[in-house]
Amino acid sequence: MDRGALIGGLIFGLLLTMPVILPIIGADYLTGLLIKAMLLAIAALSLDLIIGHGGMVSLGHAAFIGIGAYATAIGLENGIEEILLLFLLAMGATASIALVTGVLALRTSGVYFLMITLAFGQMIFFTLTSLAAYGGDDGLTLWSLATLFGSDIVQEGEGLYFFVLATLILTWIGLWRVSRSRFGRVLKAARDNPQRAEVMGYPIARYQLIAYVIAACIAGISGLLLVQYAEFVSPSIAAWQRSGDLIVAIVLGGLGSRNGAILGAFFIVIMEEFLSSIFHEWRLIYGPLLVLLVLYARGGLSDLIQPKSSGGGV
Amino acid sequence: MLVIENLNKSFGALQVSHNISLKIALGQCHAVIGPNGAGKTTLIHQISGVLLQNSGRILLDGLDISHLSIWQRVHAGLGRTFQITSILPTFTVLENVATAVQAKEGSSFKFFACATVEVALNSKAHSILKRVGLDDQADRPAADLSHGELRLLEIAIALAGTPKFLLLDEPMAGLGKTESAALIVLLNELRNEFPMLLVEHDMDAVFQLADALSVLVDGRIVAQGSPAEVRDDPQARTAYLGDGG
Repeated sequence: MDRGALIGGLIFGLLLTMPVILPIIGADYLTGLLIKAMLLAIAALSLDLIIGHGGMVSLGHAAFIGIGAYATAIGLENGIEEILLLFLLAMGATASIALVTGVLALRTSGVYFLMITLAFGQMIFFTLTSLAAYGGDDGLTLWSLATLFGSDIVQEGEGLYFFVLATLILTWIGLWRVSRSRFGRVLKAARDNPQRAEVMGYPIARYQLIAYVIAACIAGISGLLLVQYAEFVSPSIAAWQRSGDLIVAIVLGGLGSRNGAILGAFFIVIMEEFLSSIFHEWRLIYGPLLVLLVLYARGGLSDLIQPKSSGGGV
Repeated sequence: MLVIENLNKSFGALQVSHNISLKIALGQCHAVIGPNGAGKTTLIHQISGVLLQNSGRILLDGLDISHLSIWQRVHAGLGRTFQITSILPTFTVLENVATAVQAKEGSSFKFFACATVEVALNSKAHSILKRVGLDDQADRPAADLSHGELRLLEIAIALAGTPKFLLLDEPMAGLGKTESAALIVLLNELRNEFPMLLVEHDMDAVFQLADALSVLVDGRIVAQGSPAEVRDDPQARTAYLGDGG
């Protein structure tokens, strides 16, 4: 087993024991914080597929969280409560929108791709703010939540915690497999050298589009679970600043590193929570801290604990 | 066999390819030479699909490839190397070749099985690396190779696509004497299996490899024939080889 899997296992092992440890040390209130961090981590993992492995820097990824969240909220409002059905709904909605926007966005690359994904993200954001029937600007409080096979076990507390953790672990494993697969190899080849990949015989835009849609679906799932956790949805979860946070998370964690994406997401959520509770102008500390990390830990947090061996680019 | 028929290309008023025709059969290495700005790169771009010709056709084993996209031409059997080395720097040497093999062997829309342990891909990649003499470097990151080794890797990647034709864009560029000599030996072996089009500035290499030459000047072929014929052609001499030669 490689080191990445070992460290991933360690992280998940630690998260598994948290519901036992937290009550003992009298910190139950952190369960919600960990759920929030895991949800950000799921979205960050998906973004790492297209940025870290695909070299496509998108600044509109939070929009897919928003679409997943709104698809869920609309489903719940209309009486769909089975979470597995809501998964299909959220994934279907994000996939179809990602397919259309992806086809157009992938006609560009580099900074133009960044701009066009930002533009699509903003279009989706403003569309959500105009959904008057679902709360418009103010958002929507949900009176019913999703159930798993009719049971309300996944609605709060430990049940929701473990459900989110299981989703995180499955996402990690799925993306790990994808990154080592034939598909993942082509995706990385197109990132490394698009011209070369094309002259090896690959229609690279197709591979990039599929990666873009997969990443969007996973972000949509994170949106679904975010609704389930917050019992509330508003357009702000699709704001472009959220997309920026996701990029910060994966750059901080180390591009192309799944464990890094998780660590980066946890770092952001925890820093936000603690710094903002002790100091009102907490961004004065947060900003310089990010600068230092990017300057002195180029490979990100994952590099500090797991120095990269050369080659592979996995 | 590669056949180019009456290829024309212009950028606005500037015609960069003017009725270019040539034929390269199996066992032949056809060199295109000419001064800078003669239109050699434009010709390569049209053959490989980067640029579309205004008129004319390109046939590979009878198949008209002149309107296919870049990757479709590779599937039709076009293999090429680049003037400026073009490889996958974060991949190992073996993975570079295996990725090229993969493009031709089965679907790449496989999302879960691990590709790096696929025996069929790797054994084929190893045998190609052996062929170009890079097998002992197989597990090194490609970015760590020397310039000469990178040129060999490029050829290995081209061979991995099971080409029917090789387009070699200045393969000798930047190589030392011994490295060039070794590469010439390798290309001389390969010519028996693949028709080759060679664009090269190194005249020693051209005369050692080519059995046919086209001299390109201002987008026109001003002389075409065996090396001996071209060497004695007065037009080619004034245009390119230099009168004193």
